[in-house]
Amino acid sequence: MATATGGGLEFHPMDQFVVRPLFGDGAVAWYTPTNVTLWLFLTALAAIAVLVLGTRGRAIVPNRAQSVAELAYGLVYKMIEDISGKDGLRYFPYVLTLFMFIVFANLLGLVPMAFTVTSHIAVTGILAMAVFLGVTIIGFVKNGAHFLDLFWIRSAPLAVRPILAVIEVISYFVRPLSLSIRLAGNMIAGHAVIKVFAGFAAIAAVAPVAIVAVVGMYAFEVLVAFVQAYVFTILTCVYLKDALHPSH
Amino acid sequence: MTGDIAELGQYIGVGLTAFGMGFAALGVGNVAGNFLAGALRNPSAAAGQTATLFIGMAFAEALGIFSFLVALLLMFAV
Repeated sequence: MATATGGGLEFHPMDQFVVRPLFGDGAVAWYTPTNVTLWLFLTALAAIAVLVLGTRGRAIVPNRAQSVAELAYGLVYKMIEDISGKDGLRYFPYVLTLFMFIVFANLLGLVPMAFTVTSHIAVTGILAMAVFLGVTIIGFVKNGAHFLDLFWIRSAPLAVRPILAVIEVISYFVRPLSLSIRLAGNMIAGHAVIKVFAGFAAIAAVAPVAIVAVVGMYAFEVLVAFVQAYVFTILTCVYLKDALHPSH
Repeated sequence: MTGDIAELGQYIGVGLTAFGMGFAALGVGNVAGNFLAGALRNPSAAAGQTATLFIGMAFAEALGIFSFLVALLLMFAV
């Protein structure tokens, strides 16, 4: 796409995020199978492989795949129990699905030549809106009008409450935005930085430093891939807690 | 020297957003440092607070990501 101008980069660091049709070079319509489609499919497949096929043996002494599946299950289960409380466990299947999907999308994106689906706000925005709408509906169904206590803080002095209400409403509606942009932004930033360092590796004088930096950034990105999935899930649990117990 | 004044302003703006990311880095460091300081005083209570640590880090980091988003919008969308 962007070719070198005056000894600059051979490739553009943002080229890796371009959505392309999987077959041919036609225009992208809503039904076109693109690289996003492919990697979304592989992500779902990887999550299913670990959770369903990994635990199929039901061994007392688990093998590696089963250990990973049990660790993920235990991590998310404990997270919901600690943060949302016992009654949040009804929504455990969705939260585990969310965690596994994001963690595999992030990790598969780190495979060389792969496409990172979570780097697109279209993908993370849908995930965040699903959480936001779901949590709002659960809040109103479970608590009725008492859900609005979330914005009208009774423990604060009466004079401060309207100001707090405005702040609470804004912070409530910025939730899907910050959820989606945090995940997508982290993925874009990390992958772009790796690509920028990879571009420096073409210059002989700084090549050794650049290659070490790429390795370091890659290791850091593996950590970030997990942490961002963890953060998304934990914030989902926090929002779920607000929906189930809005008064405190 | 080519290009117009709008492009100049655009690139200066992108450079300025780096401040936002830098200050977000200070914020995240502050969260982690204070967590460590507290955890070393009472290590037995630290394990239960890792979730809070990550939530705090996520909130501090989000604002830096917002400034990164502004940079991306200036570079590729405006």
